Amino acid sequence: MGILDSKVPSGPLAEKWTKHKNDINLVNPANKRNIDIIVVGTGLAGGSASATLAELGYNVKTFCYQDSPRRAHSIAAQGGINAAKNYQGDGDSPYRLFYDTIKGGDYRSREANVYRLAEESANIIDQCVAQGVPFAREYGGLLDNRSFGGVLVSRTFYAKGQTGQQLLLGAYAAMNRQINRGKIQSFNRHEMMDLVLVDGKARGIIARNLTTGEIERHSAHAVVLATGGYGNVFFLSTNAMGSNVMAAWRAHRRGAFFANPCFTQIHPTCIPVSGDHQSKLTLMSESLRNDGRIWVPKHLDDAKAIREGKLKPTQLKEEDRDYYLERRYPAFGNLVPRDVASRAAKERCDAGFGVNKTGEAVYLDFAAAIQRYGKEEALKHGIKDASENEITSLGKKVIEAKYGNLFQMYEKIVDENPYETPMMIYPAVHYTMGGLWVDYNLQTTIEGCYCAGEANFSDHGANRLGASALMQGLADGYFVLPYTIGDYLSKDIRTGKIPTELPEFDAAETAVKERLQKLMSGNGQHSVDYYHKKLGKIMWDKCGMARNAEGLKEAIEDIAALRADFWENVKIPGRADAMNAELEKAGRVADFLELGELFAKDALDRNESCGGHFREEYQTPEGEALRDDENYKYVAAWEFKGAPKDAVLHKEELTYENIELKTRSYK
Amino acid sequence: MSGLIKSSIARKVVMALSGLFLVLFLAQHFTINVTSVIAPETFNEWSHFMGYNILVQYILQPVLIAGIIVHFVMGIVLELQNSKARSIKYKKYSGSANASWMSRNMIVTGLVVLAFIGLHMYDFWVHEMAYKYIEANPEDPTRYYEETVIKFEPFWRTIIYIIAFVLLALHLWHGFASSFQSMGVNNKYTPAIKTFTKIFSIVIPAGFIFIALYHHFNPITH
Amino acid sequence: MKLTLKIWRQKDASSKGKMVDYSINGIEGDMSFLEMLDVLNEELINKGEEPVEFDHDCREGICGTCSLQINGEPHGPDRLVTTCQLHMRKFNDGDTIVIEPFRATAFPVIKDLVVDRSAFDRIQQAGGFISVNTSGNTVDANAIPIEKHAADEAMDAATCIGCGACVAACKNASAMLFTSAKVSQFALLPQGRVEATERVQNMVRQMDLEGFGNCTNTGACEVECPKGISLENIARMNREYLSATVEG
Repeated sequence: MGILDSKVPSGPLAEKWTKHKNDINLVNPANKRNIDIIVVGTGLAGGSASATLAELGYNVKTFCYQDSPRRAHSIAAQGGINAAKNYQGDGDSPYRLFYDTIKGGDYRSREANVYRLAEESANIIDQCVAQGVPFAREYGGLLDNRSFGGVLVSRTFYAKGQTGQQLLLGAYAAMNRQINRGKIQSFNRHEMMDLVLVDGKARGIIARNLTTGEIERHSAHAVVLATGGYGNVFFLSTNAMGSNVMAAWRAHRRGAFFANPCFTQIHPTCIPVSGDHQSKLTLMSESLRNDGRIWVPKHLDDAKAIREGKLKPTQLKEEDRDYYLERRYPAFGNLVPRDVASRAAKERCDAGFGVNKTGEAVYLDFAAAIQRYGKEEALKHGIKDASENEITSLGKKVIEAKYGNLFQMYEKIVDENPYETPMMIYPAVHYTMGGLWVDYNLQTTIEGCYCAGEANFSDHGANRLGASALMQGLADGYFVLPYTIGDYLSKDIRTGKIPTELPEFDAAETAVKERLQKLMSGNGQHSVDYYHKKLGKIMWDKCGMARNAEGLKEAIEDIAALRADFWENVKIPGRADAMNAELEKAGRVADFLELGELFAKDALDRNESCGGHFREEYQTPEGEALRDDENYKYVAAWEFKGAPKDAVLHKEELTYENIELKTRSYK
Repeated sequence: MSGLIKSSIARKVVMALSGLFLVLFLAQHFTINVTSVIAPETFNEWSHFMGYNILVQYILQPVLIAGIIVHFVMGIVLELQNSKARSIKYKKYSGSANASWMSRNMIVTGLVVLAFIGLHMYDFWVHEMAYKYIEANPEDPTRYYEETVIKFEPFWRTIIYIIAFVLLALHLWHGFASSFQSMGVNNKYTPAIKTFTKIFSIVIPAGFIFIALYHHFNPITH
Repeated sequence: MKLTLKIWRQKDASSKGKMVDYSINGIEGDMSFLEMLDVLNEELINKGEEPVEFDHDCREGICGTCSLQINGEPHGPDRLVTTCQLHMRKFNDGDTIVIEPFRATAFPVIKDLVVDRSAFDRIQQAGGFISVNTSGNTVDANAIPIEKHAADEAMDAATCIGCGACVAACKNASAMLFTSAKVSQFALLPQGRVEATERVQNMVRQMDLEGFGNCTNTGACEVECPKGISLENIARMNREYLSATVEG
């Protein structure tokens, strides 16, 4: 598989990154002024990358479809960000974070990248504090930590339940500083429609101004894609409504390989679907699993009574409840990794123990935590013989301080008070580990086209641990990409400005306009959402938490048929040369209709269960995932060949020199 | 004036400071007026002092007039700017859902109070100026009480005074505490400031109303 | 639920808009306000009409994109929620709902209910940051201990989502709550004190240039803010501004 060169530096694991930084070429400050870089996407990865690149002296142009860089969906991350700081003195270290991440990812990620991530993690916290990110603190004034799923230490830094927001606003502030200095030009309400290659190198993009509908050409010496994940292929997900795969997919069509598309994370703690009208799903931070206990009724008739509204969960006695995670995984209990927790919930609900009207919900109960904290508080305040009411009220206050905003959000959506009755949760599509294939330098298989954050595939293997997405986005953006890209750009110091009059730009612009025209001239049968919902249903039913060969084969057929129907019959009102939300959605759904097929093909190809990819054919007698390291210890990188089903597989074999491959066990 | 003070916060501070100055003046004015009910001689004495003291006449009086003008002009400037800041209005705007009537209608209450000040100046200040400087009458330390009481004889004037003081109360209700916020004071004393504002904005105008009614119903009969 | 909607329709920035009436059926209490508009738009598309354009993205109350004036209040009658988190159970069968864009001269309408809030970006660009290099090598995070109370207060100010409800609610279309939230976050932290003087002056100057109105302390912004940003922040900014002016 010669074409996939991961460019991982030689030498011992812990020294690779330092050595690499010392070895790569640099661009001198005077020359950086003559080099332009386009960054598409302004979330944690794109925002931080553009800030640092501009600060280093490059001319940066940023693009985002939102009306402000600050609204990128990184903002919705709640729980926290991991860093191997070992402030709690519980034995944490970069190696341990590295180990947890590789293991959590079910041994499908690249060792060197993950180690670098673990190394840079501590730096992120220092950087963010210097930028004024208001992380939670203890009374002594030092930073506080909490623990997250899949690990045995407390290494998660947080800012209430709004960590993503605070980190993104930090990156946005850093961007603003550079915009103020004239080093970043930010193009908001702009969507990248295509990547422009000149002599095989990424040299610009075609963008649509979403306010006016105008098609614009932008050139640069390198293009960075930091456009997030593709969870919206499922229609219902915790992604923002606008989150899409367009930039990555356009690059894929131009030659960037797409890696492990089937690795999708289904997050265990989301608010259950309430009806057909549902447009998106809302996550309840994983941090809730620190204090919440997950259960369903032990007896089927109790579950039925609850579903019919005849029984309340609070009326059920302890011995009639099944705390199934604590039962199945005594070592990690409620804090097992996300994929394990999600599948366990699905297993119980499929067996008939679901607790809401649709039968697709389990309880997340804080009653025990309220009592525990209440007693602690009573002791702290020297209240002797505290009454039950006093304890409950003290405990509720602690829970409110920790999760108040999440509880409030839950109450607004579900109309139930989670302090009084257990929350209902169910798994939902949340994050995509797959993405554009990148080498150690974060360069895709297109020269000069880089990819950072969730949009690339690199660090999380087949399953991402909680609070690691923020870590990866910022490490890529602040500390990795700005250096590795210099190695490539050092060859461009004499190139001069890339003209946008080149025939390659003409051709790309024409193609974009034709595609828009084709969308607008659809026959007018159904709305874009109609197709998106249909696609989502195929994905959820056949490529969701559990997959099998037969279903995946059907999915491939179904999606191809749906795509043909879409191009024939989609109905888009309005005009292409004006603001048109339906047209924006149509372009995105058109790409999801291609990606979905590749997704199913990848899932069908991977005859094993690992991480978020669970194939029903491959499981242990107890229903745990059965990995096949002998045959599938590789990254599946797909090359575009016209139709998704014709994509060609390239394998990057994964080698583990520093970690022993084991069956993941959280028992 | 808007050219002189370019920043919105500076304009607000000017509004707050001139307002607080006028509040102080109001308290002082009220104190003197109260004596017209309880001790007419003291009222005459104090009024005479105010009317002929050089410091009061040539320094405090111009400062007061300037304060009123600054407060008024700045209020108009702010109002015009604020109105320009939303050039297309809402079809439906539920102002009462999130802010008090008083806070939203300072310009209305302010203009009524201003009109009243006009009448009040005509009634007393113009008369006083004419007495002293145009007609050049001699000093008479005993005339003030009678002159004041006579003003409240007509029912219409008493009514106008009452209406004006009610609107003044509404103006103070928001304005007094608000001026502290404008100057950056919002701390543990804020609840106390708000309480004091409420007391002040009821007691002082109510007191003025009482004085007006008292004189109306107790005319001088000789 | 059956509802009558009165919605502002405006073709583009240069056109004159008007209110248009729609009636809609089959709305459930569990729907969010935006999901109700989705239903309307689906109907309009199927009828061959142009759907109502409105801004929205995360639909979980944090990105700050959604921005509707509902029955005369930004984000509608419920408190501490954005439009996307407002649920239809807050309305009754037969209600008439008036839906307008956030109105301010500094927020020009782009289309229908979509407004341009880039003025907020420019205020932030004028000084809403701490000037440290992001390319690494700062001090250890715990080398700057910060009193928990100050950190919590800074966090409360920092939760602003930049939706613009404060401007929309204010009878003067003032942006003081938004601007002061950012000024406060940094003013409360030792890292931010270094540039505090310049920051407040630059941000207030930009805020004034954008054509927002003056604050008259009505408090409407605080009531309508979906994140409960406190008026104390405005007082703090006034204080910061005054001391910056005195210091020169």
